Amino acid sequence: MSTATATRTAALRPVVRRTPWGPLRALAITLVCLVIVAPVVWMIAAGFKTNVQVTDPTVGLIFSPTLDNFRNVLADGEILRSMGNSAIVGVVSTVLAAVIAVPAAWAVGRFSMHRTGSLVLVARIVPAISLLVPWYYVFAQIGLVGSYTVLVLSHMFVAVPLILWIMIGFFEGLPVELEEAARTDGLSAFGAFLRIALPLAAPGTATAAVLAFISSWNNFMFALILSDETTQTMPVTLFTFISYASTDWGGLMAAATLMTVPVLLAAVFGQKYLVAGLTAGATKG
Amino acid sequence: MSTTHPGRTSERLSVAPAGKPSRTFEQQNRRLRWLMLTPALGFVGLMIIFPLLFTLNLSFTDAFGAVNSGRRYLGLQNFADALSDNRRFWPALGRTAVFTVGAVALETVFGLAIAMLMRKAFTGARIVRTILMVPLLATPVAIGILWLLILDPTSGIANELLQGIGVPRQEFLGSVSQSLGVLMLIDVWQWTPMMTLLLLAGLSTLPEEPEEAALVDGASAWQRFRFVILPMLSTTLLTALVLRAVDALKTFDILYATKGPGGGSDFEVETLNVYAYGLTFDYQEYGLAAAVLVLFTLGIIGVVVVLRLRSGRTTS
Repeated sequence: MSTATATRTAALRPVVRRTPWGPLRALAITLVCLVIVAPVVWMIAAGFKTNVQVTDPTVGLIFSPTLDNFRNVLADGEILRSMGNSAIVGVVSTVLAAVIAVPAAWAVGRFSMHRTGSLVLVARIVPAISLLVPWYYVFAQIGLVGSYTVLVLSHMFVAVPLILWIMIGFFEGLPVELEEAARTDGLSAFGAFLRIALPLAAPGTATAAVLAFISSWNNFMFALILSDETTQTMPVTLFTFISYASTDWGGLMAAATLMTVPVLLAAVFGQKYLVAGLTAGATKG
Repeated sequence: MSTTHPGRTSERLSVAPAGKPSRTFEQQNRRLRWLMLTPALGFVGLMIIFPLLFTLNLSFTDAFGAVNSGRRYLGLQNFADALSDNRRFWPALGRTAVFTVGAVALETVFGLAIAMLMRKAFTGARIVRTILMVPLLATPVAIGILWLLILDPTSGIANELLQGIGVPRQEFLGSVSQSLGVLMLIDVWQWTPMMTLLLLAGLSTLPEEPEEAALVDGASAWQRFRFVILPMLSTTLLTALVLRAVDALKTFDILYATKGPGGGSDFEVETLNVYAYGLTFDYQEYGLAAAVLVLFTLGIIGVVVVLRLRSGRTTS
């Protein structure tokens, strides 16, 4: 490229970068946000309505809110127990998955074992139902169907590839020089991972763990088959409540809201990291 | 391994730091990386390889009823049955294709448009990104429930809004002919933000010079988009397409939560995944279900391979 072109582009750069963000663009972005957020707001609002108000579409967002639905839902032991189950299964499966997936991601990222690492991505492609029958069969033989163990194992099956996928990219982005310096100073390779790479990867690990927890929190199909009444997770309980929808919309919406709130909090407070985690690896092709 | 010769290992360690990265260094690396990789690979392998072989095996048998009852080998009978089933299998395949192609196409167009809107920095971008994440992270069953409320034919707000602009009341999910389309649009509502975020990530890595050069040469906004940005974005676009297509093909939660077993009274939203689920857990037709799943898995792999091959061709 000639110097003349270079200076011309340099002179033009501010023009390209700073398009004044026109009212049309603002309007379009606002509209997109409204379309995305309005249904969720509607659901949350419905949780605060009486059952008469919920089924009357002329009652909009201005009404005197009641906490009755939430009170009823929380007084019902079933929902509380399901939320507890979801939390237990989510935390345990996420922690165990991180313990095995983070070191593996480091090995793949540091030693370029991508062929081996990509095997795990097969897990994303295979339809889960084709695994559920054999799992059910094996776990039924050893009397584990309905236990937390089998739920944790099945949720780990989703979490391990997810954490691997995010963390491989994260470790590749860390400068290898730091670990090399540590090794020259006498740390073993494992020491370099434990003392240098792992602390540096804390933000990535936290992101991956939050996304893994959310995927477990949201998981419906595995718990639908592998849980029983005592270990039932929240999505399954919600599903069984749908049949009462016509009689208790308010309660259903309150329960759905309780289910969604933790996820909303994660989105609000972890926005930057979660976007990076969700889009990890996409730009590498 | 190393535990059997603790003395030798520590000897090596004490030697290694003094010299250049030596052979022992390398050996230690090799052992370590397998040690770190094995638990994860072993776990996923155990959870996936045996079950897949099990399913493949089931697909050649007449397995039915109790999981551990005896079964006979039928050869390819189940596959023949599935492929000649014009009542459930082929319509389910058709719905899967319509749902996936329709949803992913709309998500790509909308996702790309919104990503282009959000490309240049603006005040409030953080809030908009947070809003974009809400449908992605929310529980699919809860999303199904909230749309059931909004789209309720008699008391939902959707019909109220439609009447306001003079459109007659609709049955939405209560109607056999509308259900699949409505669920496709719900999928578009839920997953367009994912496309947007993926494409925004891709857009942020693009160099600015080509676009500036095109601007200098007098290219219009559309020409810059079509001939400069789009080709540079093709890798990200195809990756996003593969990710979305795989997930859309396997959509289950929202279909099952809103329409129940069999995809409704007339199987109107029964995709291959819902069909295989019903065969397995409602009818205990394990053999036939396994055959459908084998065909379905091969189909998904086929889609991924085709999209990957195309991406290879366009980028090189």
